[in-house]
Amino acid sequence: MTSDKVYPSSRAAVADIPDGATILLGGFGGAGIPENLLVAMADHPARDLTVVTNHAGFGERGLAVLLRQGKVKKIICSYAFHRSAFVFRELYLEGKIELEQLPQGTMAERIRAAGAGISAFYTPTGVGTQAAEGKETRTINGRDVVLEHPLPGDVAVIKAHRADAMGNLTYRGTAANFNPVMATAAPLTIVEVEEIVAPGVIAPESVHTPSIYVQRVVRGEDLDLRSET
Amino acid sequence: MTSDPKLESCALKPADIARRVAAELPDGAVVNLGIGIPTLVGNYVDAGRGVMFMAENGIIGAGPKPEPGEEDKDYINASREPITTLPGASVFGHADAFAMIRGGHIDIAVMGALQVSAQGDLANWTVPGVGKGGIGGAMDLAAGAREVYAIMTHTMKDGGLKLLEECTYPLTARRVVTKLFTDIAFIEFTPDGPFLREVAEGLTIEDVQAVSEPALLTNGPPGALMREETP
Repeated sequence: MTSDKVYPSSRAAVADIPDGATILLGGFGGAGIPENLLVAMADHPARDLTVVTNHAGFGERGLAVLLRQGKVKKIICSYAFHRSAFVFRELYLEGKIELEQLPQGTMAERIRAAGAGISAFYTPTGVGTQAAEGKETRTINGRDVVLEHPLPGDVAVIKAHRADAMGNLTYRGTAANFNPVMATAAPLTIVEVEEIVAPGVIAPESVHTPSIYVQRVVRGEDLDLRSET
Repeated sequence: MTSDPKLESCALKPADIARRVAAELPDGAVVNLGIGIPTLVGNYVDAGRGVMFMAENGIIGAGPKPEPGEEDKDYINASREPITTLPGASVFGHADAFAMIRGGHIDIAVMGALQVSAQGDLANWTVPGVGKGGIGGAMDLAAGAREVYAIMTHTMKDGGLKLLEECTYPLTARRVVTKLFTDIAFIEFTPDGPFLREVAEGLTIEDVQAVSEPALLTNGPPGALMREETP
């Protein structure tokens, strides 16, 4: 049994994230956010991070714990200025953080492309809008489409419901969101879970993310940590 | 909706607009409901009609709000509200959710609008200025759903127009709105232009045209917009 993927603590699991890393951070609303890994990252010296995540944080939890510590240089997200993303808004208006906003589905597909070895793709999303500015557009089969490129990370920091010690993952409800696709798109994927089981307990046909995408697994220390929604 | 007292007194309430949109959904349709008034639409769709609600954060078959105390934080909709699931529901990640959307598997996206143009262009994700709004799934849904039903008040609070020849706010997508439901009218976008199908009780074609920039097509008197008291 290969159990060297199981880490003893969130702190140990994120200890070698380098300065300037691009982090793919899972979660949507309050669901599927690796809250314990984020708390550990906020305590860790790595800074100048670029974070790719759906939204710029809600309230004081989730991404906001990194923002408060001044760890983040740039956010790439689909939804920046929700009223509850006040930590981000303040930094942005003070010019202390960069923002790139892109359509949610284009973000998901660019991450998917990065994990799936696709060099680029054309999509109808965003044609004729700010999201297509500066990008190649063309007409294919009568439809205007825009060229988009892969969006890989250096580290994926994600949340799953269960892992086995090999790193096979399952998600629960709508807490999957960006987590499974992000697991595929970084050479180092660190997963916070609620439960770690022995290999074989999760039936092969029930695995959502196969083990080869996962390098580190840790059971979240405080499973009641939840981002406000 | 507006500073005009006649329009104001005849304007539909959000729940009435939602009820009208719900009546328009074809039985069996797969429907995505956006944030705001669109979320109310689900309240007026009878389960027997076989309409399935999809949310872009990864669910088909979302049910009504859970009872207080029954919320499960792992089950939310795209407005981040707790949901239940109906028998036959399925969940999936974002890559699959947006493949469904772009791939034409979603019949109708019901979306709030800030402005709509004569050609059916939609502007609904931000207003001019720094630090406002977010794209979210709006551009993907507008471009990918087979039809877009837009909902908005017909005019701004100060009387400014929102149904325009060309949108002045940043666009979400071009030429995508097929039906527009406002608090005073139901308008369908046809190859010839916006066609006025229904008008709120007490108002005339001219009343609606007066607060619409593009010329509205008609074919005889339009129907009356459904209200709560209408059986």
